[in-house]
Amino acid sequence: MCLAVPARVTMIEGIYAEIELFGNTRRIGISLVPMVQVGDYVLVHAGYALHTIDEKEALETLRLLEEVYGTLAEI
Amino acid sequence: MKDKILLAHGDGGLLTHHLILEHFIRPFNNPILAQMADAARIQVSTRDLAFTTDSFVINPIFFPGGDIGKLAVCGTVNDLAVSGAQPCFLAASFIIEEGFSLNDLDRIISSMASTAATAGVAIVAGDTKVVERGSVDKIFVNTAGIGVFSPETILGVEKIEDGDVVIINGCIGEHGMAVLSGREGLGFETSIISDCACLNQIIQELMARHATIKFMRDPTRGGLAATINEIASASAKDIYLFEDKIPVSDEVRWAAEMLGMDPLYLANEGKFVIVASREEEKEIISSLRNHTLGRNAAAIGEIRKGSGNVYLKTCLGATKLIKMPVGQQLPRIC
Amino acid sequence: MELLQKYRDPELGKQILLRIKHQVGRPLRIMEVCGTHTVAISRFGIRELLHGILDFRSGPGCPVCVTDSGEIDQMVELAKLPNVIVVTFGDLMKVPGSYSSLSQEKTKGCDVRIVYSPLDGLKIARDNPQKQVVFLGIGFETTIPVFSLCLEEAMEKGIGNFSVLSAQKTVPPALEALLNDAAINIDGFILPGHVSAILGRQCFEFLASKYNMPAVITGFEPVDILAAVALLCEMICQGQAKVLNAYTRVVREEGNPAAKSAIDKFFIPVPAVWRGLGLIPASGMRLREEYAMFDAGRIFEINLSPAQLLPGCVCGEVLKGKITPRECQLFGNACSPVHPVGPCMVSSEGACMAYFQYEGGMGRV
Repeated sequence: MCLAVPARVTMIEGIYAEIELFGNTRRIGISLVPMVQVGDYVLVHAGYALHTIDEKEALETLRLLEEVYGTLAEI
Repeated sequence: MKDKILLAHGDGGLLTHHLILEHFIRPFNNPILAQMADAARIQVSTRDLAFTTDSFVINPIFFPGGDIGKLAVCGTVNDLAVSGAQPCFLAASFIIEEGFSLNDLDRIISSMASTAATAGVAIVAGDTKVVERGSVDKIFVNTAGIGVFSPETILGVEKIEDGDVVIINGCIGEHGMAVLSGREGLGFETSIISDCACLNQIIQELMARHATIKFMRDPTRGGLAATINEIASASAKDIYLFEDKIPVSDEVRWAAEMLGMDPLYLANEGKFVIVASREEEKEIISSLRNHTLGRNAAAIGEIRKGSGNVYLKTCLGATKLIKMPVGQQLPRIC
Repeated sequence: MELLQKYRDPELGKQILLRIKHQVGRPLRIMEVCGTHTVAISRFGIRELLHGILDFRSGPGCPVCVTDSGEIDQMVELAKLPNVIVVTFGDLMKVPGSYSSLSQEKTKGCDVRIVYSPLDGLKIARDNPQKQVVFLGIGFETTIPVFSLCLEEAMEKGIGNFSVLSAQKTVPPALEALLNDAAINIDGFILPGHVSAILGRQCFEFLASKYNMPAVITGFEPVDILAAVALLCEMICQGQAKVLNAYTRVVREEGNPAAKSAIDKFFIPVPAVWRGLGLIPASGMRLREEYAMFDAGRIFEINLSPAQLLPGCVCGEVLKGKITPRECQLFGNACSPVHPVGPCMVSSEGACMAYFQYEGGMGRV
């Protein structure tokens, strides 16, 4: 129901930030992620960051999957 | 108001004359056009002719990688080229909204002139009309083109056989995404530029080397999905595309994700799809990759016995039916 | 970014698929309640790959599809008002109301514009101070806080010609309504990742504690979906009912407090009519009294005749997961993307559209 894409924060300007996603950039609102910092990944929906993406958790999930399912290439 | 198009520019009087002379004939720089006759007198060979026309209405008229003028030349040149003909002459018609910026018109014309020169085609006839504000959106351009078939090339869907390969000359979706990025309300900045380009030279080179090419078409609006469906239905064969083989740049892929669109349905203006026998696949791809417009060429699918359906083999190994697009893709949030 | 692309790794996906196939003893029926999941399941071919093992049912997870025809009628009437620019998301354009759609009204000359973000709507308001700009707000918990922020900005910048028609809805009450329907026959839920990012896992705990229903929250990449399906199948086969979070990179136990308070600041829950599901208590969102000046429903007086049912349309049954799109008499015949009868064929994430576009209209499985 809610299309959102991950993107990296490249610049912060008050309640706005510039995000980058493979050469595509956009200005988004970041009021919902008050702790966000430049370099963080956020989930972008309808022009706003909904949440930060936790890289450690992303890695951990993949590691668990790899453990269970075996064949994942090196990450 | 000197820098704006006025209704008087279209009334056939002095202003019209001046507009045509200074803003069209001079930049197009062509002796046949310069005669300003009611019809262009051109010499073509005794061989079969290809003759086509296309109208261009695009918003925005300037977009990353091109503009409506370049598009109008490339579009018609490419329609001739993929038919297997060598494009020679173009005619161009303009319907302009009063108040349109003369400066913008000059940019469009100069872009048409340089695109035509690069492609080696001459713009030999034309027409201009100015209409009241609101009757058209800024400017509409129509081009018609004549090309000559070489005697040995006969392309046709009837030549397509089971087992043939489907090849494309590069990444899909660039034009569609570049244009979208310029629309009001969707404003995102992107490094994506339209692939808008004349394909006649790469196609001529390719056909000179590979006489056994069976069919070509350029996947413009409706994207690759529409064109492959047209080929499947006209040849009454099934076409299988392989998701992991279809070239899409990361930029386009993720911009499409952001807007909830599928690159398969995004427009291209510098791509062509080739159907050829499997034995020639490697040579054709290597010829294509030697050309700047074919660096990312790839074999993306194959022809199978069937009844005109298109299937996509997904990366996970599933087989999905790919339909003709219905209506325009709209950006979505859901 | 490279890390996130690993969630598209086809080899890992195939391994998980194999596991699911071995694990499941009897055909299971699971429901995804997020249209983006519906589209992803179709687009990646997951439905086909698990055919005969898993029966995916698409729940009320597409905000367009659950928008009642009465709400569409109201939007259509707003679009017809003189001096009004109606702004919305692309999803909503072609959804039929009782007698028209926004797309049809646009064809007739109404000023209807499509944007990506409510912020873009605000810009249109600023650029057209002599007009009233109405944003047709649809969406779930993911989109509601975005509207709050947008209104906050409108207040700050003193933009007085901007308002919102709120047809927004909340997910948990709809799930509860589904589960209270005795005829629903579902073994487990795939829960919406981005709604959960806002609400947190806790908000869905009731599925297990009150209804003994296993559920997994997940993201939208093929590996996310497959891993969640595997977890869900495992729980079902072992007779467990828990609400698990398989999207920990985005979803926390408590969700996003800033987003939740943004919602609370501007909106209060009200009963809402869902297409197919009927009236569900506390499942809609209305602007609070103190923000009435932004509420298009209160600013513009619109007299509506009662909404008409679309003859033969069983989108409601599809949304409840009682039937699949292919079981609808209209599917692929009277109802297709060219001439959609019901909203599930309109929205790009509607179940019928997903089936039609990616899985071949009539007759093919």
